[in-house]
Amino acid sequence: MSEVAIVGVGCVGFQPILPELSYKELMYEAAVKAYDDAGVDPRKDIDVFVTCAEDYLEGFSIFDEFVPDQLGAVLRHLFTVSGDGLLGLANAYMLIKTGHFDTVVLEAHSKASDLLTLMDVIAFALDPVLNRPLGGHPYYVAGMEMNRYLHDTCTTVEQCAQVVVKNKKNACGNPYAAYGANITLDQVLCSDMCFYPLKKLEISTPADGCVVMVLASEKVAEKLTDKPVWVKGVGWCTETPNLETRDWSKAVDTRLAAEMAYKTAKIHNPRKEIDLAEVNDLFAYKELQHMEALKLCAYGEAGKLTEEGVTARNGELPVNPSGGLLGMGYGLEASGTEKLLEVVLQLRGEAGRRQVSNVEVGLAHAWRGIPTTTGIAAVLSNVK
Amino acid sequence: MFGKKRVAIVGAGLTLFRRRLKETGKELSYEASKMALDAAGMELGDMQSVVMGTAPDAFDGVHMKGEYLADGAGAYRKPYTRVFVGGGTGVFTPLAGWWHVASGQFDSCLVVAEEKMSSCYPHPQFAFTTIFDPILERPLGMNLIWIFALEMHRYMHKHGIKKEDIARVSVKNKGNALDHPCAQLGAKITVEDVLNSEIMAWPVQRLDVSPTSDGASALVLVSEDVAKEVTDNPVWIDGAGWCIDSTHWTNRDLYYPDYVECAARMAYKMAGIKNPPKEIDVAEPYDPFDYKELHHMEGLLLCKKGEAAKLTAEGVTQRDGDLPINPSGGLLGVGNPIAAAGLMKVCEIFWQLRGEAGKRQIPGDPRTGLAQAWGDLMQYGSVIVLRR
Amino acid sequence: MSEKIKNYRGEALKSADIKEGRVPTEKCRPKAKFAWSAGIAIGRFLEELKKAKIIASTCSKCGRIMVPPRIYCENCFKPTDGWKYVKDTGTINTYSVSYLAADATRLKEPILVAIIDLDGASEGMGIIHKLGEVDKEKIEFGMKVRAVWKPKEERVGSITDIKYFKPVKEETP
Ligand SMILES: [Zn+2]
Repeated sequence: MSEVAIVGVGCVGFQPILPELSYKELMYEAAVKAYDDAGVDPRKDIDVFVTCAEDYLEGFSIFDEFVPDQLGAVLRHLFTVSGDGLLGLANAYMLIKTGHFDTVVLEAHSKASDLLTLMDVIAFALDPVLNRPLGGHPYYVAGMEMNRYLHDTCTTVEQCAQVVVKNKKNACGNPYAAYGANITLDQVLCSDMCFYPLKKLEISTPADGCVVMVLASEKVAEKLTDKPVWVKGVGWCTETPNLETRDWSKAVDTRLAAEMAYKTAKIHNPRKEIDLAEVNDLFAYKELQHMEALKLCAYGEAGKLTEEGVTARNGELPVNPSGGLLGMGYGLEASGTEKLLEVVLQLRGEAGRRQVSNVEVGLAHAWRGIPTTTGIAAVLSNVK
Repeated sequence: MFGKKRVAIVGAGLTLFRRRLKETGKELSYEASKMALDAAGMELGDMQSVVMGTAPDAFDGVHMKGEYLADGAGAYRKPYTRVFVGGGTGVFTPLAGWWHVASGQFDSCLVVAEEKMSSCYPHPQFAFTTIFDPILERPLGMNLIWIFALEMHRYMHKHGIKKEDIARVSVKNKGNALDHPCAQLGAKITVEDVLNSEIMAWPVQRLDVSPTSDGASALVLVSEDVAKEVTDNPVWIDGAGWCIDSTHWTNRDLYYPDYVECAARMAYKMAGIKNPPKEIDVAEPYDPFDYKELHHMEGLLLCKKGEAAKLTAEGVTQRDGDLPINPSGGLLGVGNPIAAAGLMKVCEIFWQLRGEAGKRQIPGDPRTGLAQAWGDLMQYGSVIVLRR
Repeated sequence: MSEKIKNYRGEALKSADIKEGRVPTEKCRPKAKFAWSAGIAIGRFLEELKKAKIIASTCSKCGRIMVPPRIYCENCFKPTDGWKYVKDTGTINTYSVSYLAADATRLKEPILVAIIDLDGASEGMGIIHKLGEVDKEKIEFGMKVRAVWKPKEERVGSITDIKYFKPVKEETP
């Protein structure tokens, strides 16, 4: 079986709003950058195109229709994964592993600013009979989860707030980040209480942007670039859509996804073997909960590590050096590719001011947000 | 195929197709999955991954409906992906299942397709008003049937094909569906019935069109090693093809589906098929409209451009003809719960190749079959080639 | 398939079962509101429609004059590099007489829809629009048609700034 590598990346955004470009033009700009980075012509060199999108986020019944032209995929082999960009990576990876395909393009984007009623649409994902009629802002689900997590692990609200301070600061050094800021712990703690115990500044703000990547089999990758980033393993899992029966404390989906990815990547001691992690932080407490599910630390330990600075960019285990979703902005189905982009740039040594030194193995993680329990984890390395 | 892994289908499941079913989408997904697992003699615990195919969320009225359907489809705590390529989804879903196993990542994959169109109120067609470009097309008050009428008319004009030539497809498929235990619209009708049915958007008439439906279907896919353990009678996925054409459908000549040809060539190449009409024993091309069966036979290279109507008139495409087309009864006869209908076609080829199609069984010991679906803005083709 | 299974699962309902409350139902109307950026290419196209003009974009590599315009040529995958007005006349590529409104309700007077290949654009570059001032029996493939514009004060920069296309009499040379 061939190894799989990422050989080109392109990103436009992330910005609070990109009104001058249509979603098609946004995708085109990112695709041009990625193809240029990889040195490929999409009209000739690409076997399969994968795009990641959900209809209600785009405002179409079949968004797949509106994708091929701007990616150079007309009369080519393209399809849509209704999921996060990292799930698209999983499918691109498997396609190359079949031995039938050598090059796959992955695309994910957010045009959150086109959607005027994002929270109503998210509420529309709740069970139509059991949950939706109860009404209310759908993020109450996050409030419930955070409360249970804090209760079970004795993680403190200060530790959660520290995640925000760290990520927004990291984002200041990231040209792809929309919401970098130097803020204090007190500012986070004093921000409006939204869904007790979740506060306003602990919630990621949507942003517009697009990420396109080119993946290749071993033999093609080594021809195209001397800086391939190898996909060592991908794992993904859906726990349950039911609010009534899920585990509220432990992010089981992410744990199972991580176990699958680590098995393929032959990672036995994640804390030791992973040099940096880009972990879903749609809400501040999720970074902590996900670190634990990803086995980067023991259950209930993530808050303490954060407080001690272990997860800072210059710490022993840098988590979200990009600034995370709190700093870069919530890119909807592109959220996972925001993480992936940072890991690729770090492993290539191209992360500029954010560069973490001596990195060999990186972890990218995504969670599909409220109300899902779908998690995806990918292990990447600059060493084959 | 040296060094590449083969993937087998070892079980198939199907619910009734009806205009309105009492079961929810989750319940339908469960019923089809359970039947497929039972048929394979396997359990959910044997399934290492799950792939879901389902068309617009606007039907079921749930955002991210793949997530919502997960537990019904048996994906609880499993790797689970939803793929979506419009009407092409039903045949595309087992292709995604194929690469889950062919990659070596998993030894088994449960493939499920579901559609609950009746939830969309007052009519499922509302969901289709948002498939169009919001700036250039929606302001015109587009209806889904229009675009097919435009394509059908262009096809008829280019080849000089008459309505009665096309109506024969509807007569054949609704007749075939009389033998299908899940069919919604099996009927004995005549060409005159089709020609006299209500005009929807000329040249499309009521009996040229498949219905809206609820239903689900499922397949169990396994690796070669597992297949040897569980069955003496596997059916292999030997060809996978898919293709998308430009969004600018008004810039294309609609008389011929280039994207279907491109998808078919991809699948044929993988399956080593050089002469499709000779090597394919039975086919289930996508037939949401009667003209589409003809259009797709041509795109699949099963006959020359403009020739499909003639073959149909000569009886070549009947169950006992040289090239049986849609022996199930197709979407026109069995019904059209979009993604579930596409996968129903793959189920039919599976049963035909195993000799398990009952009253619908075609004669002559078929060994190679194909199913195809079509979608998006008349721009997507998905093709699967199966072999015994 | 058939041997082992006697009963296929599924319980059919009639619409009356729902209307008359024999099965419980839950109703909901999604609040999904969008405001799409038209972007560079379609933004320009709409501005020109407001001036009663139709603009295309051009690709110097394949030589195509494309309408609706786009900022990239999907065939060559390079930026388009010019703008060009095309005529507001064209020929009917294909057409339909539709008795269905957008919501599938039945119309007494049908809507006439067509793909119109515009003069001055590359071959086969059509747009979808409606036909007017024509008897539905008299529409033909290849018929020459011309845009009928709304008056200036009613044009807002929308595809509906063109009311419809109507047949043009062939001018005798
Ligand atoms: Zn060009």
